[in-house]
Amino acid sequence: MLKINKWNVFFVLAVCVTAIYYIIPNIYGKSEVTALPKFLSQKQVNLGLDLQGGSHLLLEVDTKSVLKEKSEDLVDDIRKSLRKSKIKYSNLGSKITGAVVTITDPEKITTAKNSIKENIEKDILIEESKNKLNLFFSDQYIIDTRANTVEQSIEVVRKRVDESGTKEPSIQRQGEERIVVQLPGIKNPERVKALIGRTAKLNFHMLDPTTVELAEQRGKLPPGTFKALNSDPTAYEKQFVVKKRVLLTGERLKNAAATVDAQTGRYVVAFEFDKKGAKKFAKVTTENTYQRLAILLDNKVISAPQIREPITGGQGNISGNFSPETANDLAVLLRAGSLPAPIKVLEERTVGPSLGIDSIEAGKKALVIGFILVIVFMIIRYKAFGIVADFAIIFNIILLISMLSAIEATLTMPGIAGIVLTVGMAVDANVLVFERIKEEIRSGRSILNSIDLGYKFAIKTILDANFTTLIAALLLYNYGSGPIKGFAVTLSIGILTSMFTALILTKLIVTFWVLKLKPKRLYI
Amino acid sequence: MGTQAKTEKIVHLKTMKFNINFFKYRFVAFLLSISLMGLSAFLFLTKNLNLGIDFKGGIMVEAKFSDPPNLAILRDKIDKLQIGNSEIQEFGDSNTILFRLEKIDDNNMTQDQIIQKLKNELDDDTDYRRVEFVGPKVGKELKSIAIKAVLFSLIAMFIYIWFRFSGWQFGLGALVALFHDVLSTMGFFSLTQIEFNLASIAAILTIAGYSINDTVVVFDRIRENLVKTDRALEELLNQSINQTLSRTLMTSITTLLALLALFIFGGEVVKGFVSAMMWGVLIGTYSSIFIASPLILFFGFKKVEEKS
Repeated sequence: MLKINKWNVFFVLAVCVTAIYYIIPNIYGKSEVTALPKFLSQKQVNLGLDLQGGSHLLLEVDTKSVLKEKSEDLVDDIRKSLRKSKIKYSNLGSKITGAVVTITDPEKITTAKNSIKENIEKDILIEESKNKLNLFFSDQYIIDTRANTVEQSIEVVRKRVDESGTKEPSIQRQGEERIVVQLPGIKNPERVKALIGRTAKLNFHMLDPTTVELAEQRGKLPPGTFKALNSDPTAYEKQFVVKKRVLLTGERLKNAAATVDAQTGRYVVAFEFDKKGAKKFAKVTTENTYQRLAILLDNKVISAPQIREPITGGQGNISGNFSPETANDLAVLLRAGSLPAPIKVLEERTVGPSLGIDSIEAGKKALVIGFILVIVFMIIRYKAFGIVADFAIIFNIILLISMLSAIEATLTMPGIAGIVLTVGMAVDANVLVFERIKEEIRSGRSILNSIDLGYKFAIKTILDANFTTLIAALLLYNYGSGPIKGFAVTLSIGILTSMFTALILTKLIVTFWVLKLKPKRLYI
Repeated sequence: MGTQAKTEKIVHLKTMKFNINFFKYRFVAFLLSISLMGLSAFLFLTKNLNLGIDFKGGIMVEAKFSDPPNLAILRDKIDKLQIGNSEIQEFGDSNTILFRLEKIDDNNMTQDQIIQKLKNELDDDTDYRRVEFVGPKVGKELKSIAIKAVLFSLIAMFIYIWFRFSGWQFGLGALVALFHDVLSTMGFFSLTQIEFNLASIAAILTIAGYSINDTVVVFDRIRENLVKTDRALEELLNQSINQTLSRTLMTSITTLLALLALFIFGGEVVKGFVSAMMWGVLIGTYSSIFIASPLILFFGFKKVEEKS
């Protein structure tokens, strides 16, 4: 029998209150929300980058290069330990993740193995075949190394992004070796990208007194040196001959800042070494006074000053051809430290602020007009019941937005399209019920009986039909990215709220109406 | 039906009561659908899809100029840059231009350098509304993800319907109808050359969800009528489709109205997505009436009573 279920009334009221509770913060701006009284919710719907403007970057950390470096280190370690135990060997070389070596005397292979095991801390496995030793990193070691590299990279990227003054950036790991960087409202993504992408390995070497011209005349470089390009291609000295030995690295830096040199009036980057670095720097500058230092950033010479006197305070200046911006960027890079491995941008999506604003406007307009079209059509078709269904649509939108706020979902342009689509599709559950009621009335049943049966029969259909749509939406959420995920979220929530409004809310209204007013005929 | 059908009106517009013999048209519908699918497959193979950078990889720049630029001059400028293949088209209005640039691995230019070169050629006050870059690796991944998403959703729906309606004929009927919808939507993308991107996959999945929703409503009524009446199966299917027809049309109309509002006012970014959806609502409605239900019989579904 059709009757008003007290629990349903209570449930609807509870949902109403919750919906209002969660929808209130969306009326206010982002900064005003924090000023709201504590008993109110402060959760808002977030705008996706496609609506508020900003950059989305997908980065990949080249962890293979780190493993390659580790393999080369392993080769060095093997050489040292075999020399120490005076074992003769040949064909020592690195592999992608490990090394191989041939022991000249097959009888000494076990001794060699033990010697390597003793001297190498790394987690390696050794395989022997005849007189050949095959060394490779354990799976765990590879996994750990990769994970560490990515973790460190995220830290460095985070420091750099923070220092660049971007507001509310989000930096997250994705999968094994990827990083997603979201920079909302960013005006100059190129600069931030340039900051993020630089490896920024800072090395201090000594310059070889031999000039490049002289080396070319001789046809070879002096032993233990290499040729390095000047980072400023417009400079007079295009290339340098640099001694291979690394004297100090950027890891020893304690601080770096862009300042103006008091004497020349040009921009320089002032740096300061930590205690250990300062000591080393003092030693280097004392031993090499009047010679030229070479400061290399990512294997290019950024500065090659002459050491005029020993520097014991651990402080110095890098004076390249800097503009205020480039000096500042270098200081940021030095403070944040170098990346453990090169980073590559795999994907970038940047939306300018004007498109975001236009999209929001277009979305609002489409929502209002779509809404008006549907409610007018429903009234024409179902008269009084149409008004009930329209009430359900309005409630549906309110409920949808409040749920999006409650889970602090990100609203994207496809997400707005999902809301508009929900307006059209949400009436489906009501239509199913109304058409069924009509059918029952036509077959000669009483009004009360028809309504009761209408809901009873329709509920099964509604559940089955919506469940299949939900399958599509969930798969979309699982496989989609960014804006598409936003669409899947609004679609799924829209399906759930439309079931609530059709099966509980409108049923209550219709029941109440029929029981209190006792209409003789139903205009449906 | 027989003599009764002649005396009864086929459509009562006022009450939206229908009495159409859909079954009579099933072979016409099958023929129509087979040609539609054949045409779609043909278009798909010959004209291919206009793949966006999401799947193809590359660079896309949407730029708004203060004055409508001359496309021919612009194209000339871009060609001189020698940054690989490029496509230039108006986007929404004559002030807004969409550039699509290829990113080739072997020309040694990073995407930033290519974008910078392009920007250098354009006026300083140009408003860069969108700059997107998708590397070839990500493009390939997105492609396989998209294929997986569509396949899995088809399979999941097939299984769900099979179990809910306790008959593989129902599941297979729905699956064929879904395949029909997905394929002809691909044909739609191929014919119109609307950019096929991640949003298009969202459109296809939503269409699948919408179409199966319609199909389930009809199936549900068939299931109910199977218990209630002992009419011939053929008549029973027809009756069920007719009973649910006004609901099917109503929902299609309201959904189309909402989509129409999005198409006209929702902006350029969602236009391709919305037009595919509109096509999908039409084809999904058609397929649940003319394909899914008649197929149940075609696959040899029999009433339990008849068996025993």
